[in-house]
Amino acid sequence: MLATTMRRAKAVILYMLRTPKLLLGMALLASLLLLSAVGPLFVDIDDSRSISVPSNQPPSAKYPLGTTSGGRDMLAVLIVGTPQTLRMGLLAGIVGVTLGASLGLIAGYYGGRIDMVISTATDTMLTIPPLAILLVVAASVRTMSVDNMAIIIALLSWMFTARTIRAQVLSLREQPYVHMARLAGLRDIRIIFEEIMPNILPIAAASFVGATSGAVLAGIGLEVLGLGPQRTPTLGMTIYWAQLYSALIRGLWWWWLPPIIVLIVLFVGLFLVSAAMDEFVNPRLRRQG
Amino acid sequence: MSYLSRRIIMFGIVVLLAATANFAIPRMAPGDPIGAVLEELRARGASTGGAAEQEIVAAYRARFGLDQPVFTQYIRFLVNTLRFDLGYSISYYPQKVESALLRALPWTVGLLAISTVISFAFGSFFGALMAWPRTPAAVNRFVPFFMVLSAVPYYLLGLILVYLFAFVMRLLPLGGAYSSGTIPTLDIDFLLDVIRHGILPALSILLTSVGFWALGMRGTMVTVLGEDYLTLAEAKGLSDRRVFFGYAMRNALLPQVTSLAIALGTVASGSVLVEVVFAYPGVGWLLYNALRSSDYYMVQGVAFFLILTVAVSVLVVDLIYPLLDPRIER
Repeated sequence: MLATTMRRAKAVILYMLRTPKLLLGMALLASLLLLSAVGPLFVDIDDSRSISVPSNQPPSAKYPLGTTSGGRDMLAVLIVGTPQTLRMGLLAGIVGVTLGASLGLIAGYYGGRIDMVISTATDTMLTIPPLAILLVVAASVRTMSVDNMAIIIALLSWMFTARTIRAQVLSLREQPYVHMARLAGLRDIRIIFEEIMPNILPIAAASFVGATSGAVLAGIGLEVLGLGPQRTPTLGMTIYWAQLYSALIRGLWWWWLPPIIVLIVLFVGLFLVSAAMDEFVNPRLRRQG
Repeated sequence: MSYLSRRIIMFGIVVLLAATANFAIPRMAPGDPIGAVLEELRARGASTGGAAEQEIVAAYRARFGLDQPVFTQYIRFLVNTLRFDLGYSISYYPQKVESALLRALPWTVGLLAISTVISFAFGSFFGALMAWPRTPAAVNRFVPFFMVLSAVPYYLLGLILVYLFAFVMRLLPLGGAYSSGTIPTLDIDFLLDVIRHGILPALSILLTSVGFWALGMRGTMVTVLGEDYLTLAEAKGLSDRRVFFGYAMRNALLPQVTSLAIALGTVASGSVLVEVVFAYPGVGWLLYNALRSSDYYMVQGVAFFLILTVAVSVLVVDLIYPLLDPRIER
C-alpha cells in the first residue's frame, strides 16, 4: 500500500517536472507566497495603515513603491494585501469545492429523486450571474471581512464542481469493482469514501484551482466596486481607493500599477497550473500547441 | 417532462428566485433603505432628528411601501417586478429605476456586443488555425500568448491601457462615451467621437477574451478533424481552404455559437467593471454610482436585470438548440 503510494507520488512529481506550464505557474504562485512571507521581515507592515507615512511620494529609496494619498506605504500594502487575497481565494476554493464535490457525489451515487433535486438546483444556479447576487448581498452587509466575502463567494460557486463530479460518479458507479463492493455488503458510506473518492480526487483538485481563480476574480471585482473589506488593505480595495482618488489622472501610477501586477502574476500562475492539471486529468489535450 | 417544458419551468424558477433573493437579502440585513440614507445624512451632519424629520421619514416609508407587513410587501414586490416596475431610485427620487436602466442599456449593448462579436470571430478563427496541422508556426507561437492574457481580468488591463494611451500619450480620451459638452445627435462627427471613446474599452475586452474563444475552438476543432467526412473531403481532392472553412470550421463552430449566445446574454453583467474603469455611461456605471450613493432600489433593479438578461439568453439558446442539433431532443 505504502509502496504504491510512493510510486504514484514519484510518477506525479516526475510528470510535474516534465510540464513547463505547471513549473512556471507554481513558480509565479511561489513568488507571491515568498513576498508575503519574507516581506514583513524587511518592511514595517504597520506602514500599510493610513496616515503612517507622508502622502503621494513617488518611489524612492525610502519608499521603494511610493506612498498613497491616504499615507500608506505601497510596498507594505502589497505585503499585507497579497496574503489576504490568497487567503480569500483558497478559503472560497476549499469551501466551494467541498460543497460542490459532496453534492455531486450524492447526486451521482444515489440518483433518482435526490439527483433530480440537486441537478435542477445546480442548473438553475449556473444560469444566475454570481456578481448579481454578490452585489445585493455585499451592498446589504454593512461590514465585510475577507473571510465573510470568501464564504459568500463559495456559496455561489460550487455548481461547476458539482456538475463535473456528478458526471464522473455516474460512470464510476457502474464500474465492476463498485458492484463487487456493493455485493460484498459494504455500506454506502464506505463505498463512497473508499471506492469512489480516490478516483475523483484528481478532478476535484483541478476544479479546486479553477474555483480558487474564479473566487479571486469575483472577490477582486467586488473590491474594485468598493464592496470589499473596508479595513484591510486588500489588493482590490487598493485599486478602488486609487480609482476613487483619481490616482490615474493625477499620475500616481505607483498607487494602482503594483496591485495590478501582483494580480496578473496571481491569475496567470493559477491559469497555468489549472491548464496543466486539465491536461493531467484529460490526456487528450496534451501536445496540441 | 418534455425538454421544452422543463426549460421553460426552469426559466420561471430562475426569475422567481432572483426576485425573491432581491426582496429577501436586503431585508435580512439590519436597518432599511430609508434608515441607511438617514444614517448617511446624520454622519454628514445634515440631519437634525427633529419631529419634522420623523414625519418626512414616515412619509417616505409609506411612499416606498415599507410600512406594510412583510408578506404584503413581498407579493407587491413580485407583481411589480413581473411588470418590470422596479421602483423609484432613492438618490434621483422622481426617476424610475427601469427608465434609468433603459437609458444606460444602449451604451452597454453597443460597446459590449460589438467587442464580443469581434472577439468571437478572431478567437474562433485563430483557435481553428491552431488545431489545423498545416498552420504556419508563427500563429502557433502568438496565440498561446492571448490564452495567457485571457486569465487577466479585462478591467485591470483596461487601467493599464488608459494610462498608456490616454494619460501618457494622450492619443485617446480618458473615459466617457462621448466628449463632455457635446449633445448626442446622429451625425458623423458624434459617431466618430463615440468610436474614439469606445476604442480603449473595446480593446481591453478584445485582448482578454480572444484567448477564451481560441481555446474553445481549438478543442472542438481537434475533435472535428478526426471525423471521417474530413478524410473523405481531403481524399476527394478539395482545396485546403475549402476543407478548412467549409468542412472543419463550419462544424466546429456549432458549440461555439451556443457560447456566443450565452456570452451576449452576460454582456450586461460582464460590462460592470469595464464601465467603472472607463466611466462609460452604461448599466455598469449606473450600478457603480448606485452603490456609492447607497441607492438600494437601483442596485436591486440592476441585479435583477442582470439575472433576467442571462436567463432570457439561456432560454433562447435552449429553445434554438434542438433546431441546430436534433440529437438534443430526448
